Amino acid sequence: MASYKPTNIPVYPKLGEKVTEETLYWKNYKTPIQIKEFGAVSNIHFSPVTPYNFAVTAFTRIHLYGLLSQEPVKTFTRFKDTAYCGRFRSDGQLLVAGCEDSVVRLFDVSGKVALRMFKGHTKAVHVTDFTSDRYQILTGSDDYTCCLWDIPNSAQLNTYQEHTDYIRCGVTSQLNRDLFVTGSYDHSLKVFDARVDKSVMTINHGHPVESLLLYPSEGLLVSAGGRYVRVWDLLKGGQPLVSLKNHHKTVTCLALSSNGQRLLSGSLDRHVKVYNTTSYKVVHNFDYPAAILSLALAPEDESIVVGMTNSILSIKHRKPSEEAKETAGHQRRRPSYRVYAHRKSYVPKQDDYLVSKPVRQHLAKYDKQLKKFNVSKALDTALETWIRGRKPEITVAVIRELDRRGTLKNALAGRDEQELSRLLSFLIANLVDARFAPVLITAAEMILDIYQSIIGQSPVVDKQLLHLQSLLERELDYQKDLLEVLGMLDTMFASSLPKIELPCSGISTSNGLPQGQSTDVIFPYNKMQSRVFE
Amino acid sequence: MVEHGDVRVVHKGGSKINFREPALSTDSRFLLCASGESVKVFSTATEECLHALQGHTDLITGVLLRPSNHLQAYSCSLDGTVRLWDFTDGILIRWAKSNRVNIWCCFIYVWTVHLHVCACTELFQLVAVHLPQCGEQLVEAKELSAVLSNISSNPAASAFGREGQYIVSAKPLQLEVYFFKKHKSYSFFLKKDNQKGGKNTFTCITCHPTEDCIASGHEDGKIRLWRNFNHRKEYTYSTLHWHHSAVSSLRFTPEGTNLLSGGVESVLVQWRYNQESQRDFLPRLGGAITHISVSPDGALFCTSHSDNKITIIQSCVKVSAVIQGLVKGDRIRTDLMIEPRSKALVLNGKPGHLQFYSLQRDKLLYNLDIVQQEYIHESGLEQFEVVMAAFDASGSWLATVEERKQKAPELELNLKLWAFDDQKQSFVLNTTISAPHEGRITALCFPHVSDGQTTMLVSTSRDGHFKAWQLAAPAHTEDEGPSWSCDFLGAYHSLVPECCCFSADSSLLAVGFQEVVTVWTPASWELLTTLSQPPGAVRDLCFGRLSCSKYLLGATTSRLLCCWNLLTCSLEWVTSMDVSLLLADPLSENMAAFCFEAGSTDLFVFKPGEPRPLFSHKALCSGRVTHAVFVPREVMLESCDEASQWLNCSHLYFLTQSMDLLTFITKAEEDKLTASSKQLVVSDDVAMTPFHLLLGKHRDQLENPQGSNVSLPQLLQMPAHVLPSASFLCSMFVQSLLISVNKPSEQNKEKEEEMESEKEEEDSDGEMESRISRPEHMPSGESGCAAPALTKEEVRELRRLKKLDHSWMKGLLD
Repeated sequence: MASYKPTNIPVYPKLGEKVTEETLYWKNYKTPIQIKEFGAVSNIHFSPVTPYNFAVTAFTRIHLYGLLSQEPVKTFTRFKDTAYCGRFRSDGQLLVAGCEDSVVRLFDVSGKVALRMFKGHTKAVHVTDFTSDRYQILTGSDDYTCCLWDIPNSAQLNTYQEHTDYIRCGVTSQLNRDLFVTGSYDHSLKVFDARVDKSVMTINHGHPVESLLLYPSEGLLVSAGGRYVRVWDLLKGGQPLVSLKNHHKTVTCLALSSNGQRLLSGSLDRHVKVYNTTSYKVVHNFDYPAAILSLALAPEDESIVVGMTNSILSIKHRKPSEEAKETAGHQRRRPSYRVYAHRKSYVPKQDDYLVSKPVRQHLAKYDKQLKKFNVSKALDTALETWIRGRKPEITVAVIRELDRRGTLKNALAGRDEQELSRLLSFLIANLVDARFAPVLITAAEMILDIYQSIIGQSPVVDKQLLHLQSLLERELDYQKDLLEVLGMLDTMFASSLPKIELPCSGISTSNGLPQGQSTDVIFPYNKMQSRVFE
Repeated sequence: MVEHGDVRVVHKGGSKINFREPALSTDSRFLLCASGESVKVFSTATEECLHALQGHTDLITGVLLRPSNHLQAYSCSLDGTVRLWDFTDGILIRWAKSNRVNIWCCFIYVWTVHLHVCACTELFQLVAVHLPQCGEQLVEAKELSAVLSNISSNPAASAFGREGQYIVSAKPLQLEVYFFKKHKSYSFFLKKDNQKGGKNTFTCITCHPTEDCIASGHEDGKIRLWRNFNHRKEYTYSTLHWHHSAVSSLRFTPEGTNLLSGGVESVLVQWRYNQESQRDFLPRLGGAITHISVSPDGALFCTSHSDNKITIIQSCVKVSAVIQGLVKGDRIRTDLMIEPRSKALVLNGKPGHLQFYSLQRDKLLYNLDIVQQEYIHESGLEQFEVVMAAFDASGSWLATVEERKQKAPELELNLKLWAFDDQKQSFVLNTTISAPHEGRITALCFPHVSDGQTTMLVSTSRDGHFKAWQLAAPAHTEDEGPSWSCDFLGAYHSLVPECCCFSADSSLLAVGFQEVVTVWTPASWELLTTLSQPPGAVRDLCFGRLSCSKYLLGATTSRLLCCWNLLTCSLEWVTSMDVSLLLADPLSENMAAFCFEAGSTDLFVFKPGEPRPLFSHKALCSGRVTHAVFVPREVMLESCDEASQWLNCSHLYFLTQSMDLLTFITKAEEDKLTASSKQLVVSDDVAMTPFHLLLGKHRDQLENPQGSNVSLPQLLQMPAHVLPSASFLCSMFVQSLLISVNKPSEQNKEKEEEMESEKEEEDSDGEMESRISRPEHMPSGESGCAAPALTKEEVRELRRLKKLDHSWMKGLLD
């Protein structure tokens, strides 16, 4: 005797992005903390030493935030105009910032007043950075020049006037105190050596360069400008390695994850994309409410800080890891009772004959009803709120099963207003789902057939029927539009393909096809067509 | 035409076992069932076929035990003979042939000495046959007397009543009872149920074994119990209703305590006689129940099912064994296939399943559930059917197509791909593709990759496309394993593809789009060339193998068989024949073409490169042959005879329109087969159980020649009421079973036995004196046991004392 076979619930492929380790890693952040700044957040920089404070440059102020605090721990307000590019020195003691008024200010992190003021630029200074020997400062300005300054005696050491447009980004080498790279709106990147007077390397990015990033090994340079993120191999003389075009607006900022395995880019299109630095594929994507101007990652990826044009600073902290949770769980008190396993202590001997008990088959509620041929009850159980809402595929599978048994009409008939409205609301929610449509359309037709006569008796049901009707009309319009698009695509693909002349053998002349008629090969666009639908 | 003197077409396996009701032997150990031209004897315990009783030359239409000898059975057949068999040894004892030529025996009943055979001339007649008692094997039955005429052709619609006093026969709406003694017949009519349209018709009938009661089953699922039917007017009937469609079989248990019924629902219902509200059910037995039979001792029931299955059920309504034949159903939807691993024949079996049938052992190996849905036994319901299946060359992948058609636009299609699991030794579902095509799938094929894994499948459909499915590695490491997805979609001039075929090295794919054969390369999916031979659509395509791999053969609907040479892309030869099936032998260059010619099918075996056929057989069978398969041999034959050479590598099996599975056999093979076939005789002994061994040892001990156990038969023959109490005897019996430690104790035991016999002799004496001597046996026995050393005088003294005792007791009672 065969046992009852439960209803087959089809497993539908999950739509949307696949859950990978990456998504799990990058999803493991708490909901963002949002802090309103005084203006667009133009730069964020993390202190390289504990406690990893970060400097947020916005409008005329630089705020220092602690990693976990929501209030600024320190504020630098001594700017006459908009401040730019507040950066820490590698020991975390000093902070440098440019300003719209062309003066570069150097602060002690603990003090308030500027320690040094470097005057020499004629226009706004957007780029500041410390060199790796910690005694010099690199600045880049809108007057097309970049300078090196000596901190102890605040003297201008060197000026480079090679760029032909605003310098908006620059970065110093952490391995060599004399090397630095600047990027400008003249589309070029220039690598300078402080020991010579001229740039040692010029790379054309092709778009105004907005951001620069050196890999920790400093063999690779990443530049962002326009919609492109480009990676250059410096050791091969600035050879382009890869060009990424994943944003649809200007890319404004770049960051590397702590282990250097992932590259992040933020853009005016309000997305932050995470790339794998070996394959340069996008592995994750963050959405933000406004255009992104600045981006920084805390050490160990503990938090992601993003500054936006609407002057909102968004901080996402990583959730505590599983191990931490487990250690907390261990401290829970053990239950005071003990469980004795009956007959578990018996050790089977070799000659023992095992009498196996028949295993009882566990059936879901709707299957129990289906087994007893209680069709209406089976449908009721499948329409329970939990199943209906969370797992509509179960409800649909039961409806399909009833339809297969030819008893769907019986199951649908004889329902009161409340039950009918429940059925209709399920239909409204799921009828246009392509996976369920073939089954539910049959059911909907049957419901209309059965309950034709009661239309007009209940306002609830009437409202739902009207809703269903409008839903269907909308869906029909969509389908029509889609078919039109398909037709257009077909034409385009067909016209773009070269005609293939088939070898005409002796037999094909006699096979009834006229000689000149070429065989149009329609397969490739069908293939693409199927891809479009995917 | 080639001479084919020594190649013969034979039936090979897979015959019906559910054609007629099976018979269970008296001891419930054997099951006899009619299976084609032989009676098969199965063991009810092991489900094995012990032997086949062969001798009939036509379909056997009835098997029945002989009531007077429980080791013999009758069988009757459409060849007009009735045979009597000893079924335990498989020996034909006698056979009777009627002197009238035009008699077919359609079914058989036995009542006491008379054998009632339903014979068919023009109208069905029940004939009593008297078999003359003579020593000859072949007897001619001369005494034929018609009992009833014009009975139903269904054997279930007639039955013999209690002790053969009457016979009942049902016609569509009439019940006729004929009493033998009174020579009187009564007819009862039922109204044609007009509301539901003729649903009152009788379907089956059975009679209660001890009471005057007839149970009849009806088309609408009702069971009527008729009583008091020896009066025309005062008959009564009661109605039982559980079945929702026709009752196909009814049977009373031998004691008449239960009534068993079964029908399309495949539920065996056991009704308590006279307490009909109490029912037992045994659901989901398989196909529709066609027959129910009960063993004469009532220990076993068995049900035959429409899916060629016999289920053996214990009387506690529990399935104990299943005998499954090859399921052929009403239609073979899938082709015949050979599973490459087990070399089993694969075709669709019971609804929603694929069956794997071993041709060598003529046994069903297993059923693979393809649809995985509860089967609803209801006529007129559209069910999912397995319509197509294909194996890849190594047998590691199986592709199946199931469809359920309600109306044309609502066709439900599923393409499933199954991977062979080495651990489970079975196919495991890997991918389900719902709605792979918009129209019905017309062909399915895997490429013949000999080395490594198959990663491609091509399906063609009526929607005008063919699709290539590719086994893709999981996109992410978290996914379970590789699964199949669509790789390519091809079409040609919006024509409908009918067939597809991969070349031997899988470098080419030929797809037949109606009149045009398109040749594609699967590597880049480019259309290489088109071939055509109008008029007529291409129905079948086949690439040559081995040295003939450059040839592509196609059969068209316009009665043409074309052979194209793929190197020159030109037509090599054309011949005019209406090919219904074209087949390539996987192990040789041979191809087989079944041609439909003037109502019958001819077979041609040929090599594509040679103009002369290797073998041809005219008029194989009537009707078209649409399913055939080459089965690779396990051991290659080394026949050098030209006509049978093509059978060296493979067998060729084919299915006729009447669902007979036939094959070709060479003379040499046949001789070998008959020489090796030995009669399998089952010993009638008691099974060797541990208890048997113990008891047997004890019996040997008892049967020693010392003559001390004369008492045993005496003990057994004595009336129970004069015996000592059972507890006393038991303790002695248990003691005697104990293994003696040393000799003296054994001697003691012998003494005990002597004592016992003596005592019993005297007991019987005592019995004559008084009827209430029972209470006294206990002390006497105890004394005998406790003190075996007492002398005879002392015992006599004791007995005298007891007699005194007894009189005293009697006085007390008075």
